[in-house]
Amino acid sequence: MLTIKNLNKNFGGLQAVRNCSFEIQEGSITGLIGPNGAGKTTTFNMIAGEERPTSGRIMFEGQEISGLPTYEMFHRGIVRTFQIPHEFSKMTVLENLMVVPPEQPGESIIKNWIARGAVMRREKEIQERAEESLEFLSISHLWNQEAGNLSGGQKKLLELGRTMMADAKLVLLDEPGAGVNPTLLMKIRDMIARLRSDRGYTFCVIEHDMDMIASLCDPVIVMAEGTVLTQGNMNDIRSNPEVLEAYLGGGEVQ
Amino acid sequence: MEQFYGYFLYLISLATMGGIYAILTLGLNIQWGFTGLFNVGIAGFFAIGAYVSAILTTAPSIRHLGGYQMPYAVSFIAAMLVSACIAWAVGKVCLRLRTDYLAIATIGIAEIFRLILKNETWATNGPRGVSMIPKPFETLPEPWNQLCFLALVILTVFVIYLALEVAHKSPWGRVMTAIRENEIAAKAAGKNVERFRMQGFIFGCMLMALAGAYTAHYLKFIDPNATEPLTTTFLVWVMLIVGGSANNRGAVLGAFAMWTVWSASEILASRLPDELAIRTAYIRIFLIGFVLQIFLQKYPKGFLSETRPHPRAARTPGYSEPE
Repeated sequence: MLTIKNLNKNFGGLQAVRNCSFEIQEGSITGLIGPNGAGKTTTFNMIAGEERPTSGRIMFEGQEISGLPTYEMFHRGIVRTFQIPHEFSKMTVLENLMVVPPEQPGESIIKNWIARGAVMRREKEIQERAEESLEFLSISHLWNQEAGNLSGGQKKLLELGRTMMADAKLVLLDEPGAGVNPTLLMKIRDMIARLRSDRGYTFCVIEHDMDMIASLCDPVIVMAEGTVLTQGNMNDIRSNPEVLEAYLGGGEVQ
Repeated sequence: MEQFYGYFLYLISLATMGGIYAILTLGLNIQWGFTGLFNVGIAGFFAIGAYVSAILTTAPSIRHLGGYQMPYAVSFIAAMLVSACIAWAVGKVCLRLRTDYLAIATIGIAEIFRLILKNETWATNGPRGVSMIPKPFETLPEPWNQLCFLALVILTVFVIYLALEVAHKSPWGRVMTAIRENEIAAKAAGKNVERFRMQGFIFGCMLMALAGAYTAHYLKFIDPNATEPLTTTFLVWVMLIVGGSANNRGAVLGAFAMWTVWSASEILASRLPDELAIRTAYIRIFLIGFVLQIFLQKYPKGFLSETRPHPRAARTPGYSEPE
């Protein structure tokens, strides 16, 4: 579904990503792990269109997409979440989701004046969908809260909700479990698994919680120093000495 | 009796100029209130509107470009369209700049326009300005001509107000709010942030041009001084801040209220003893600044602050409590 070939990203003299190549299979939940500074988030940023690759290619469903702007990626079905939640803090939880769906004619200022009917009809559909998503995330009781007042975990759920509101094909999750308590972490994991089976989303997940990665992701890609170190299922990776070296400078991954 | 008639005419002119400023303030409200664009070049777009409409409607004159004698409806629309095109070009260059840099860029652009108007004498008659601009309803007897013009202005303000209220509450307004709240998240939600910014900038500049066109016809005369930053940029900003940014009602209210203060300050300053009278211009500016200071102490967000209607739940709120 997504193929990355010889991707490079330099920030001044720093090579954040170098010669990175991997593939994400349709319908998979691909884990992306690696020590801090391995270039995982930079790779995400390039796939999501927030950063332009210095060189290399990103192919999505057979089409070259490297360097396209974020909204273009979004409309092709690539949606991401952030490690640090980005919510619209003064808007309500429901509105945070309602702002996402594409093809609302009311996003053209003029159509609000001349085509009220179409705008309101779509608005109703969108609200229906947003409320369903809130129920799925079990935060529907917070629908009327300002998003800025949510707890860290609830904001993480809201991030996930945003991907549910887009017509996503590939969802990039940047540490969905960071700063989240173990109970909620398990819930988030189940939600991701359900979204894959119910809605057919393909996931790519950056995560540091190895239990979560082990129980959710196959395959797992390990990045270190800007490039792919190895990939395979979690058992292979756990026993791979190179991975241990990269993570711990020797020692053992639990 | 005659004295009252004088007051009556004064009130009409006060309301007319207040209404024209309301159009300007609503334009700025789209840019600053809705979109968060720091435009300090209002005077430039105001001037474009004023000159385009003046040149299109005046009788032939050897002093400036003209003689097209177009109907008002055409000249008003042309003023807005020309302003929109220029706003688009300016926006292409400047809208990527962050707030404070955009402010500097727009100041510069407004000054460039003013210098062009001053120096391209073949088109604008330079510093002597364009005179004999026709005024809608001027053939009617006094005071009906004034009243009809006032009605035109008030009607325009009302229509713009309604249109912007609809826009603010619409999905478009929601995207605008989202972009102001968190640009990164808005991008991740698939919004073309640059396009939305451009829309806000262009719509705002079109309203500013319309206000400029109305002013040119109302005063029947326009020269580069009418577009000086003090009365067309600074005053509009004060109106929006006092009235309440991102609130259309606040913008209209601020425009009428501050125009009344500004206009009254002229009367007040004319009563001053002679030695102060030469300084009236400065005293008036001081007064406006003073009012702004006092006001912001009491209402830091402006008199009316932003209100966005939140959607009501279609289902019962709290329908599924978490386990």
